[in-house]
Amino acid sequence: MSVLSINKNNFEQVKNSDKTVLLDFYADWCGPCRMVSPIVDEIAQENPQLLVGKINVDDEPELAASFDVASIPMLVVMKGGQIINQSVGAKPKPQILAMLEV
Amino acid sequence: MEHIYDVIIIGGGPAGYTAALYAARAGLDTILLERLSAGGQMALTGDIDNYPGFEEGVDGFTLGMKMQQGAERFGAKTEYAEVTDVDFSEKIKRVIATSGSFLGKTVVISTGANPRELGIDGERELIGKGVHYCAHCDGRFYKDKTVAVVGGGNSAAADALYLSRLAKKVYLIHRRDTLRATKIYHEPLLKVDNVEFVWNSTVQEFITDSRVTGIKVRNVKTGLISSIECNGVFISIGRTPATEIFQEAVMLDQNGYIIADESTRTSAEGVYAVGDVRTKALRQVVTAVSDGAVAVHYAEEYLA
Repeated sequence: MSVLSINKNNFEQVKNSDKTVLLDFYADWCGPCRMVSPIVDEIAQENPQLLVGKINVDDEPELAASFDVASIPMLVVMKGGQIINQSVGAKPKPQILAMLEV
Repeated sequence: MEHIYDVIIIGGGPAGYTAALYAARAGLDTILLERLSAGGQMALTGDIDNYPGFEEGVDGFTLGMKMQQGAERFGAKTEYAEVTDVDFSEKIKRVIATSGSFLGKTVVISTGANPRELGIDGERELIGKGVHYCAHCDGRFYKDKTVAVVGGGNSAAADALYLSRLAKKVYLIHRRDTLRATKIYHEPLLKVDNVEFVWNSTVQEFITDSRVTGIKVRNVKTGLISSIECNGVFISIGRTPATEIFQEAVMLDQNGYIIADESTRTSAEGVYAVGDVRTKALRQVVTAVSDGAVAVHYAEEYLA
Protein backbone atom coordinates (compact mmCIF):
# COMPACT_ATOMS: atom_id res chain seq x y z
CA MET A 1 0.00 0.00 0.00
CA SER A 2 1.18 3.50 -0.64
CA VAL A 3 2.26 5.77 2.14
CA LEU A 4 -0.27 8.30 3.37
CA SER A 5 0.74 11.90 3.85
CA ILE A 6 -0.78 12.76 7.21
CA ASN A 7 -1.99 16.15 8.32
CA LYS A 8 -4.21 17.36 11.11
CA ASN A 9 -7.31 16.97 8.91
CA ASN A 10 -6.89 13.28 8.12
CA PHE A 11 -5.22 12.25 11.36
CA GLU A 12 -8.43 11.24 13.20
CA GLN A 13 -9.22 8.72 10.48
CA VAL A 14 -5.69 7.27 10.80
CA LYS A 15 -5.89 7.13 14.55
CA ASN A 16 -9.19 5.25 14.48
CA SER A 17 -8.10 2.75 11.82
CA ASP A 18 -8.57 -0.98 12.53
CA LYS A 19 -5.12 -1.56 11.08
CA THR A 20 -1.79 -1.31 12.84
CA VAL A 21 -0.47 2.17 12.08
CA LEU A 22 3.17 3.09 11.47
CA LEU A 23 3.90 6.83 11.61
CA ASP A 24 7.14 8.39 10.42
CA PHE A 25 7.74 11.92 11.74
CA TYR A 26 10.30 13.58 9.49
CA ALA A 27 11.57 16.76 7.88
CA ASP A 28 13.08 17.31 4.46
CA TRP A 29 16.27 18.82 5.87
CA CYS A 30 17.05 15.89 8.16
CA GLY A 31 19.67 13.41 6.87
CA PRO A 32 18.71 10.42 9.01
CA CYS A 33 15.05 10.98 8.05
CA ARG A 34 16.04 10.65 4.43
CA MET A 35 17.85 7.42 5.32
CA VAL A 36 14.73 5.93 6.91
CA SER A 37 12.21 7.20 4.38
CA PRO A 38 12.82 4.58 1.63
CA ILE A 39 12.77 1.81 4.26
CA VAL A 40 9.36 3.01 5.45
CA ASP A 41 8.18 3.04 1.81
CA GLU A 42 9.36 -0.56 1.38
CA ILE A 43 7.59 -1.68 4.54
CA ALA A 44 4.37 -0.07 3.33
CA GLN A 45 4.69 -1.82 -0.05
CA GLU A 46 5.37 -5.21 1.45
CA ASN A 47 2.77 -5.06 4.23
CA PRO A 48 -0.66 -4.08 2.88
CA GLN A 49 -2.17 -5.00 6.26
CA LEU A 50 -0.52 -1.89 7.74
CA LEU A 51 -1.50 1.72 7.50
CA VAL A 52 1.72 3.66 6.98
CA GLY A 53 1.86 7.43 7.16
CA LYS A 54 4.44 10.18 7.11
CA ILE A 55 4.12 13.41 9.01
CA ASN A 56 6.21 16.41 8.01
CA VAL A 57 6.99 18.10 11.33
CA ASP A 58 7.51 21.49 9.68
CA ASP A 59 4.09 21.43 8.06
CA GLU A 60 2.34 19.81 11.02
CA PRO A 61 3.83 21.31 14.17
CA GLU A 62 0.65 20.67 16.19
CA LEU A 63 0.63 16.96 15.38
CA ALA A 64 4.34 16.77 16.14
CA ALA A 65 3.79 18.52 19.46
CA SER A 66 0.90 16.22 20.37
CA PHE A 67 3.33 13.28 20.05
CA ASP A 68 6.06 15.15 21.96
CA VAL A 69 8.40 14.89 18.99
CA ALA A 70 11.78 16.36 19.92
CA SER A 71 14.02 14.22 17.76
CA ILE A 72 13.57 12.99 14.24
CA PRO A 73 13.14 10.65 12.55
CA MET A 74 10.64 9.38 15.11
CA LEU A 75 8.69 6.24 14.36
CA VAL A 76 5.45 5.50 16.20
CA VAL A 77 3.39 2.32 16.07
CA MET A 78 -0.29 2.65 17.02
CA LYS A 79 -3.05 0.12 17.47
CA GLY A 80 -6.64 1.04 18.26
CA GLY A 81 -5.65 4.66 18.82
CA GLN A 82 -2.97 3.74 21.37
CA ILE A 83 0.80 4.10 21.00
CA ILE A 84 2.29 0.63 21.42
CA ASN A 85 5.84 1.36 20.38
CA GLN A 86 8.06 4.27 19.43
CA SER A 87 11.67 4.99 18.66
CA VAL A 88 13.88 7.86 17.60
CA GLY A 89 16.75 7.85 15.15
CA ALA A 90 17.38 6.01 11.91
CA LYS A 91 16.89 2.26 12.32
CA PRO A 92 17.57 -0.60 9.89
CA LYS A 93 14.59 -2.41 8.44
CA PRO A 94 14.68 -5.50 10.71
CA GLN A 95 14.47 -3.27 13.79
CA ILE A 96 11.48 -1.37 12.40
CA LEU A 97 9.74 -4.64 11.52
CA ALA A 98 10.39 -5.85 15.06
CA MET A 99 8.62 -2.74 16.38
CA LEU A 100 5.61 -3.78 14.31
CA GLU A 101 5.85 -7.47 15.24
CA VAL A 102 5.20 -8.45 11.63
CA MET B 1 30.06 -23.59 -4.20
CA GLU B 2 29.75 -20.33 -2.34
CA HIS B 3 30.54 -17.20 -4.30
CA ILE B 4 33.89 -15.62 -3.44
CA TYR B 5 34.15 -11.87 -3.89
CA ASP B 6 37.41 -10.12 -4.63
CA VAL B 7 36.51 -7.34 -2.18
CA ILE B 8 33.94 -7.15 0.60
CA ILE B 9 33.47 -3.64 1.98
CA ILE B 10 31.82 -3.23 5.37
CA GLY B 11 30.12 0.17 5.74
CA GLY B 12 28.81 2.64 3.18
CA GLY B 13 30.22 6.00 4.25
CA PRO B 14 32.57 8.06 2.07
CA ALA B 15 35.56 5.74 2.67
CA GLY B 16 33.55 2.62 1.89
CA TYR B 17 31.97 3.91 -1.28
CA THR B 18 35.28 5.30 -2.55
CA ALA B 19 36.83 1.87 -2.03
CA ALA B 20 33.82 0.43 -3.90
CA LEU B 21 34.32 2.90 -6.76
CA TYR B 22 38.02 2.15 -7.12
CA ALA B 23 37.53 -1.61 -6.76
CA ALA B 24 34.71 -1.73 -9.31
CA ARG B 25 36.67 0.42 -11.76
CA ALA B 26 39.62 -1.94 -11.35
CA GLY B 27 37.34 -4.75 -12.46
CA LEU B 28 37.21 -6.41 -9.03
CA ASP B 29 34.10 -8.34 -8.02
CA THR B 30 32.91 -6.03 -5.25
CA ILE B 31 30.10 -6.01 -2.69
CA LEU B 32 29.46 -3.36 -0.06
CA LEU B 33 27.45 -4.23 3.05
CA GLU B 34 25.58 -1.34 4.66
CA ARG B 35 23.23 -1.60 7.61
CA LEU B 36 21.07 1.43 6.88
CA SER B 37 21.77 3.89 4.11
CA ALA B 38 24.68 5.45 2.24
CA GLY B 39 26.69 8.27 3.75
CA GLY B 40 27.39 7.19 7.30
CA GLN B 41 28.14 10.05 9.69
CA MET B 42 28.44 12.36 6.70
CA ALA B 43 24.72 11.92 5.98
CA LEU B 44 23.97 13.45 9.39
CA THR B 45 25.89 16.59 8.51
CA GLY B 46 23.87 19.45 7.10
CA ASP B 47 26.37 21.45 5.14
CA ILE B 48 29.80 20.22 4.19
CA ASP B 49 31.95 23.18 3.22
CA ASN B 50 35.36 21.50 3.27
CA TYR B 51 34.91 18.86 0.60
CA PRO B 52 36.40 20.34 -2.55
CA GLY B 53 34.40 20.76 -5.73
CA PHE B 54 31.25 22.21 -4.15
CA GLU B 55 31.68 25.98 -4.11
CA GLU B 56 28.38 26.49 -2.26
CA GLY B 57 28.88 23.49 0.03
CA VAL B 58 26.88 20.29 -0.20
CA ASP B 59 24.59 18.45 2.19
CA GLY B 60 26.05 15.21 3.48
CA PHE B 61 23.10 13.03 2.63
CA THR B 62 23.17 14.06 -1.03
CA LEU B 63 26.94 13.58 -1.22
CA GLY B 64 26.55 10.06 0.21
CA MET B 65 23.93 9.18 -2.39
CA LYS B 66 26.16 10.51 -5.16
CA MET B 67 29.11 8.45 -3.92
CA GLN B 68 26.93 5.33 -3.85
CA GLN B 69 25.59 5.95 -7.36
CA GLY B 70 29.12 6.63 -8.62
CA ALA B 71 30.36 3.28 -7.34
CA GLU B 72 27.30 1.40 -8.58
CA ARG B 73 27.72 2.87 -12.05
CA PHE B 74 30.84 0.73 -12.38
CA GLY B 75 29.22 -2.40 -11.05
CA ALA B 76 29.76 -2.29 -7.29
CA LYS B 77 26.83 -3.91 -5.49
CA THR B 78 25.24 -2.77 -2.23
CA GLU B 79 23.58 -5.24 0.12
CA TYR B 80 21.59 -3.78 3.02
CA ALA B 81 22.56 -5.94 5.96
CA GLU B 82 24.27 -5.50 9.29
CA VAL B 83 27.53 -7.36 9.81
CA THR B 84 27.50 -9.30 13.07
CA ASP B 85 30.74 -11.28 12.93
CA VAL B 86 33.88 -11.79 10.88
CA ASP B 87 36.52 -14.50 10.50
CA PHE B 88 39.81 -13.39 8.94
CA SER B 89 41.85 -16.43 10.06
CA GLU B 90 41.80 -18.15 6.65
CA LYS B 91 43.02 -16.89 3.30
CA ILE B 92 39.38 -16.62 2.19
CA LYS B 93 37.74 -14.37 4.71
CA ARG B 94 34.21 -14.80 6.00
CA VAL B 95 31.82 -11.95 6.84
CA ILE B 96 28.58 -12.85 8.59
CA ALA B 97 25.69 -10.46 8.16
CA THR B 98 22.00 -10.40 9.05
CA SER B 99 21.15 -11.43 5.49
CA GLY B 100 23.66 -14.29 5.26
CA SER B 101 27.34 -15.05 5.05
CA PHE B 102 29.81 -13.67 2.50
CA LEU B 103 33.24 -14.89 1.39
CA GLY B 104 35.95 -12.55 0.15
CA LYS B 105 39.61 -12.61 -0.82
CA THR B 106 40.01 -9.16 0.72
CA VAL B 107 37.97 -7.10 3.18
CA VAL B 108 37.82 -3.33 3.58
CA ILE B 109 36.53 -2.16 6.95
CA SER B 110 34.79 1.21 6.77
CA THR B 111 32.40 1.05 9.70
CA GLY B 112 33.23 4.55 10.90
CA ALA B 113 32.37 5.88 14.32
CA ASN B 114 29.38 6.85 16.44
CA PRO B 115 28.86 9.73 18.85
CA ARG B 116 30.46 9.12 22.23
CA GLU B 117 28.04 9.03 25.14
CA LEU B 118 28.53 10.86 28.43
CA GLY B 119 27.96 7.58 30.22
CA ILE B 120 25.73 8.94 32.96
CA ASP B 121 22.47 7.58 34.36
CA GLY B 122 19.39 7.82 32.21
CA GLU B 123 21.25 8.99 29.13
CA ARG B 124 19.95 6.29 26.78
CA GLU B 125 16.39 6.41 28.10
CA LEU B 126 16.33 10.17 27.54
CA ILE B 127 17.36 10.06 23.90
CA GLY B 128 14.70 12.03 22.06
CA LYS B 129 13.43 13.36 25.40
CA GLY B 130 16.02 16.04 25.79
CA VAL B 131 19.23 14.12 25.12
CA HIS B 132 20.57 14.61 21.61
CA TYR B 133 23.70 13.85 19.61
CA CYS B 134 22.82 15.70 16.41
CA ALA B 135 22.18 19.42 16.65
CA HIS B 136 21.44 19.70 12.98
CA CYS B 137 18.76 16.99 13.22
CA ASP B 138 17.00 18.04 16.40
CA GLY B 139 17.91 21.69 16.98
CA ARG B 140 14.74 23.03 15.44
CA PHE B 141 12.63 21.56 18.22
CA TYR B 142 14.31 24.00 20.60
CA LYS B 143 13.29 27.24 18.97
CA ASP B 144 13.21 29.94 21.67
CA LYS B 145 14.11 27.39 24.35
CA THR B 146 17.22 26.90 26.44
CA VAL B 147 19.77 24.23 25.55
CA ALA B 148 23.16 23.04 26.72
CA VAL B 149 25.94 21.83 24.45
CA VAL B 150 28.56 19.57 26.01
CA GLY B 151 32.04 19.51 24.50
CA GLY B 152 34.83 21.79 23.35
CA GLY B 153 35.91 20.62 19.93
CA ASN B 154 34.98 21.80 16.46
CA SER B 155 31.71 19.86 16.43
CA ALA B 156 30.63 21.24 19.79
CA ALA B 157 31.46 24.79 18.72
CA ALA B 158 29.60 24.35 15.41
CA ASP B 159 26.61 22.89 17.27
CA ALA B 160 26.57 25.77 19.76
CA LEU B 161 26.68 28.33 16.96
CA TYR B 162 23.93 26.58 15.01
CA LEU B 163 21.74 26.31 18.11
CA SER B 164 22.38 29.95 19.07
CA ARG B 165 20.40 30.99 15.99
CA LEU B 166 17.38 28.95 17.11
CA ALA B 167 17.39 28.75 20.87
CA LYS B 168 16.85 31.58 23.31
CA LYS B 169 19.97 30.65 25.21
CA VAL B 170 22.83 28.18 24.77
CA TYR B 171 25.16 27.00 27.54
CA LEU B 172 28.43 25.54 26.29
CA ILE B 173 29.80 23.17 28.89
CA HIS B 174 33.42 22.20 28.63
CA ARG B 175 35.76 20.45 31.03
CA ARG B 176 38.67 22.78 30.26
CA ASP B 177 38.97 26.57 30.46
CA THR B 178 39.36 27.06 26.73
CA LEU B 179 37.92 25.46 23.61
CA ARG B 180 39.86 22.93 21.59
CA ALA B 181 37.97 24.17 18.52
CA THR B 182 39.98 25.94 15.83
CA LYS B 183 39.64 29.65 15.10
CA ILE B 184 37.12 29.33 12.27
CA TYR B 185 34.72 27.58 14.66
CA HIS B 186 35.66 29.48 17.79
CA GLU B 187 35.57 33.11 16.69
CA PRO B 188 31.95 33.35 15.47
CA LEU B 189 30.85 31.96 18.84
CA LEU B 190 32.39 34.88 20.71
CA LYS B 191 30.26 37.30 18.70
CA VAL B 192 26.87 35.87 19.65
CA ASP B 193 25.40 37.15 22.88
CA ASN B 194 23.12 34.22 23.78
CA VAL B 195 25.94 31.71 24.26
CA GLU B 196 27.27 31.37 27.80
CA PHE B 197 30.46 29.39 28.41
CA VAL B 198 30.53 27.12 31.44
CA TRP B 199 34.22 26.31 31.82
CA ASN B 200 35.98 23.59 33.78
CA SER B 201 32.77 21.69 34.14
CA THR B 202 31.43 18.21 33.51
CA VAL B 203 27.83 16.99 33.47
CA GLN B 204 27.06 14.89 36.55
CA GLU B 205 23.40 14.08 36.06
CA PHE B 206 20.22 14.89 34.21
CA ILE B 207 17.40 16.63 36.06
CA THR B 208 14.19 15.16 34.67
CA ASP B 209 10.46 15.33 34.81
CA SER B 210 9.56 12.67 32.19
CA ARG B 211 12.01 14.59 29.99
CA VAL B 212 15.09 16.71 30.58
CA THR B 213 14.50 19.92 32.53
CA GLY B 214 18.09 20.60 33.45
CA ILE B 215 21.52 19.25 34.30
CA LYS B 216 23.81 19.22 37.29
CA VAL B 217 27.36 20.20 36.47
CA ARG B 218 30.47 19.85 38.58
CA ASN B 219 33.28 22.35 38.46
CA VAL B 220 36.39 20.22 38.17
CA LYS B 221 38.57 22.85 39.86
CA THR B 222 36.42 23.69 42.87
CA GLY B 223 34.33 20.51 43.09
CA LEU B 224 31.20 22.66 43.37
CA ILE B 225 28.03 21.30 41.85
CA SER B 226 25.47 23.62 40.32
CA SER B 227 22.23 23.18 38.42
CA ILE B 228 21.49 24.59 34.99
CA GLU B 229 17.93 24.73 33.75
CA CYS B 230 17.60 23.68 30.12
CA ASN B 231 15.12 21.94 27.86
CA GLY B 232 17.65 19.94 25.90
CA VAL B 233 21.25 18.73 26.04
CA PHE B 234 23.33 18.26 22.90
CA ILE B 235 26.29 15.97 23.51
CA SER B 236 29.29 16.52 21.27
CA ILE B 237 32.26 14.99 23.07
CA GLY B 238 33.81 13.06 20.25
CA ARG B 239 33.34 9.68 18.67
CA THR B 240 33.72 6.00 19.39
CA PRO B 241 34.90 3.76 16.56
CA ALA B 242 32.48 1.02 15.49
CA THR B 243 34.91 -1.86 15.97
CA GLU B 244 33.25 -4.15 18.50
CA ILE B 245 32.95 -7.05 16.06
CA PHE B 246 36.59 -6.75 14.99
CA GLN B 247 38.17 -7.06 18.45
CA GLU B 248 39.34 -10.64 17.85
CA ALA B 249 40.02 -10.22 14.14
CA VAL B 250 42.45 -7.27 13.87
CA MET B 251 44.59 -5.25 16.24
CA LEU B 252 42.96 -2.20 17.82
CA ASP B 253 44.56 0.63 19.75
CA GLN B 254 43.54 1.47 23.33
CA ASN B 255 40.70 3.69 22.09
CA GLY B 256 39.27 0.97 19.88
CA TYR B 257 40.54 2.28 16.54
CA ILE B 258 41.88 -0.29 14.07
CA ILE B 259 45.66 -0.01 13.90
CA ALA B 260 46.69 0.77 10.33
CA ASP B 261 49.09 3.29 8.82
CA GLU B 262 48.58 5.35 5.66
CA SER B 263 48.68 2.12 3.64
CA THR B 264 45.41 1.18 5.46
CA ARG B 265 46.77 -2.36 5.98
CA THR B 266 45.67 -3.95 9.24
CA SER B 267 47.26 -6.73 11.28
CA ALA B 268 45.30 -9.27 9.18
CA GLU B 269 46.64 -9.90 5.69
CA GLY B 270 44.27 -8.74 2.96
CA VAL B 271 42.18 -6.71 5.41
CA TYR B 272 42.21 -2.91 5.21
CA ALA B 273 40.78 -0.23 7.50
CA VAL B 274 39.64 3.04 5.95
CA GLY B 275 38.13 6.30 7.14
CA ASP B 276 37.28 7.20 10.73
CA VAL B 277 37.68 3.64 11.98
CA ARG B 278 41.46 3.73 11.42
CA THR B 279 44.16 5.25 13.62
CA LYS B 280 44.89 8.58 11.94
CA ALA B 281 45.51 12.23 12.68
CA LEU B 282 42.68 13.87 10.77
CA ARG B 283 39.19 12.40 10.38
CA GLN B 284 37.49 14.21 7.53
CA VAL B 285 35.52 13.27 4.42
CA VAL B 286 38.55 14.09 2.26
CA THR B 287 40.88 11.83 4.24
CA ALA B 288 38.24 9.08 4.30
CA VAL B 289 37.88 9.02 0.52
CA SER B 290 41.64 9.03 0.17
CA ASP B 291 41.84 5.92 2.38
CA GLY B 292 39.29 4.16 0.20
CA ALA B 293 41.42 4.61 -2.90
CA VAL B 294 44.64 3.62 -1.12
CA ALA B 295 43.09 0.43 0.30
CA VAL B 296 42.10 -0.77 -3.16
CA HIS B 297 45.61 -0.07 -4.44
CA TYR B 298 47.04 -2.42 -1.80
CA ALA B 299 44.22 -4.92 -2.23
CA GLU B 300 45.02 -5.15 -5.95
CA GLU B 301 48.67 -5.69 -5.10
CA TYR B 302 47.70 -8.44 -2.64
CA LEU B 303 45.38 -10.13 -5.14
CA ALA B 304 47.91 -10.05 -7.98
